[in-house]
Amino acid sequence: MTSSLGIPRFIIITVPALGVVSLLLLSLGISPLTIAITLARGSVLSWLKFNHVLSVWIPLLLCSCGLLFTFRAGLWNIGIEGQVVCGAIGATLVLRLGNTYLPAAMLLSLSFLSAFLAGGVWGALAGFLKNRGGVNEIFGGLGLNFVAQGAILWFILGPWKREGMASMSGTDLFARELWMWVPRGWRTAPAALILTVTVFLFTAFILSATRFGLKIKAVGLNPKASRLFGINPDLTGFTAMIIGGGLAGLAGAVQVSCVYHRLIPSISSGYGYLALLIVMLANYKVTLTPIICLLFACLTAGSIQLPITLQIDSSLSGVIQGTLVLSGLLAHGLQQRRLLRKGS
Amino acid sequence: MIKLTNISKTFGEVRALHKVNLNIYPGTIHGIIGENGAGKSTLMKILTGFIRRSSGNVIYQSKNINLQSPRDAREIGIGMLYQEPLDFPLLTVLDNFMTGGSSFPPSRQRANLSRLCSDFGFDLDPDCRVNQITVGERQQLELLRLIQQGTKILILDEPTSGISEKQQDLLFTALRNLKAGGTAILLVSHKLDEIELLCDDVTVLRHGEVTAYWKRPFDRDAMLLAMFDTVPESKPTAVNYTAVEPVLDFHKVSSGKGRSGLNSVSTTIRAGEVVGLAGVDGSGQSVFLQLAFGLLQPDSGRISRSRESVSPAFLPADRLAEGLVPGLTIREHQILSSNIGPVITSKSGLAKTRRAIKSYNIVGSPETAVKDLSGGNLQRLLLSLIPNDVQLILMENPTRGLDLQSASWTWEQLHNRITPDGTIIFASPDLEELLQQSSRILTFYNGSITLDTPAHATNYRQLSRAVTGEKDPAI
Repeated sequence: MTSSLGIPRFIIITVPALGVVSLLLLSLGISPLTIAITLARGSVLSWLKFNHVLSVWIPLLLCSCGLLFTFRAGLWNIGIEGQVVCGAIGATLVLRLGNTYLPAAMLLSLSFLSAFLAGGVWGALAGFLKNRGGVNEIFGGLGLNFVAQGAILWFILGPWKREGMASMSGTDLFARELWMWVPRGWRTAPAALILTVTVFLFTAFILSATRFGLKIKAVGLNPKASRLFGINPDLTGFTAMIIGGGLAGLAGAVQVSCVYHRLIPSISSGYGYLALLIVMLANYKVTLTPIICLLFACLTAGSIQLPITLQIDSSLSGVIQGTLVLSGLLAHGLQQRRLLRKGS
Repeated sequence: MIKLTNISKTFGEVRALHKVNLNIYPGTIHGIIGENGAGKSTLMKILTGFIRRSSGNVIYQSKNINLQSPRDAREIGIGMLYQEPLDFPLLTVLDNFMTGGSSFPPSRQRANLSRLCSDFGFDLDPDCRVNQITVGERQQLELLRLIQQGTKILILDEPTSGISEKQQDLLFTALRNLKAGGTAILLVSHKLDEIELLCDDVTVLRHGEVTAYWKRPFDRDAMLLAMFDTVPESKPTAVNYTAVEPVLDFHKVSSGKGRSGLNSVSTTIRAGEVVGLAGVDGSGQSVFLQLAFGLLQPDSGRISRSRESVSPAFLPADRLAEGLVPGLTIREHQILSSNIGPVITSKSGLAKTRRAIKSYNIVGSPETAVKDLSGGNLQRLLLSLIPNDVQLILMENPTRGLDLQSASWTWEQLHNRITPDGTIIFASPDLEELLQQSSRILTFYNGSITLDTPAHATNYRQLSRAVTGEKDPAI
């Protein structure tokens, strides 16, 4: 975790990034300290606010876990955004079934399964396009994101439109019993929290302690050589895409059943893209991912306070997140370059 | 015209060229021959400015010149036709023709191209994209481009590999015309037929030194002697298994991969054979091995393996880039090559890895990343990864980069590994190694098997003739 200069990587990345953001703020006549205090107040300094942070952290970590699988296999799953959307559609499909006589808990579980399948299919589609059609997963994924966005609008304005009129504000709310249980004084469903932690532990276990995880790693590092070990790189990458898409789908289900209780056009809240930045900043390491997810969740949740108290646009959190990632990539790139030079 | 005196080049401790002298005269074709690694490419790269000499002089028109970059070489009129065409595949023939040239309007360049085409009898469509024409046509285009640029010293590197006979005839006619026009031509080749047909004089390189220089007429035997090391004749072969059941059958297999592809190759490899594949780099041996393993699929023909139950092992020439996963450790490689799992603990595969490290003398610990291992250690690791029940081992240059001791140790291991009905197929540029280690030798030339012989029935002389393209070479 330390660079070749002996300084922790964490410092190498955060100091320049926060320095740049501070300079930017100072040049606009805003005190960075005020911003920091406001962000902290809006995120961690009250139980309710921290609950809001958790409700961002959950989908972010679910998406990041999915991305850990695909990045490990050497794939850039840009299509994750569409996979979240498809997961949300898949969950809504089950929750709108109506008179099934099934208990609510069962329906909710089924909705998560359906979300996993829908996201997985969307991931598989990008994998299929890559393996069979020679379409790079970045372009395939990007295209599928647009298709998914089109599909969600069609559902909201078409077959699932509100009673009487179609509205961009989303579908009708689900029946109250299909909302995930949230204790008094909480904003997050404990079940979603447990699910997310389980998914994270599962991801860590598969990637670092199983033969399958090792295979994914081998394929990501050298697909050509992996074939000599009897591994089928196409199939392994395809499986990683299905798992990645499935986990992103779960994030969509959480958004539908715990946060909005209905399907809305912006159901993914851009968490898929944000998760890409998180995993990059974590340098694709499993252990760092939940911590950086928490940091990003704090920034995202805290920034809601900015327009209210300081009349500053909440997109400032995006600026901070982006600068951190750029700084992280820069640090990583410089380190690689130094290693290469040392090698030659 | 241009004179090289005492050119030497070292890469670290390796001496690639040592005091090489070469005179190139206008209106002549000068052949450069030598086996793989003799220093031909290094010499050409110095002449074209890609690398700098360590010592010696390049004299052009009685002046000492310093070739610092390809641009310097181009300015004095040195142009090279590379083995793999250095062009822009997505651009059209005309666009490629115009690159690097003067700023003529395209209409004028089009006329130039068509005039040059008719001068040389080439048939090139100016509007066709270069990735849609054959290697031979790309070469013709490159040649015309060099002529248009005013190349006075033309270097050709193995120009006839991968082109058709008709294209070869056209090329030879073009070269003769250029020679008549006063161009100095350097022809680098392994093919003695070409040298005999075209060249006025020939220089032979071996281990980075000039071993011979002749003017026409040439003596083929003398050329072979100068090219290859002399070895005691008919050393006994190290192996003598009896071949029985077929293991691998190639039936009229063709492929467009590699430099010369594979042209309708048929052969049967039997259990118990150690088959050596001889040939100049890129003559089809590597494609043959990749097809046999299943890394490539044939364009036509049929490959059948009799023992589908256990997949063969393949050890590629570029060990780190193609055979191993640089980011994984020795232990992780051992886990991948065995049936350990599905759950991996910190102890999984540890005993096996320790055994492999000990018995294969790998310098490293189980947690050493493979990218930190040296060449010899990489090869020993690859050998240790071959599962015990494998009956067919395919190898490209198994002792490349190994010192004599490691090489003989490697072979000892391989012969110990293989049961009486196991099979090894290996490609090697080293004829001596082929003669010593194989029971049967297949010689590849331009994508075809030109000689198939038991190792005890051939010798160094015949093999060296066969790899340089002689038909029905005598023993």
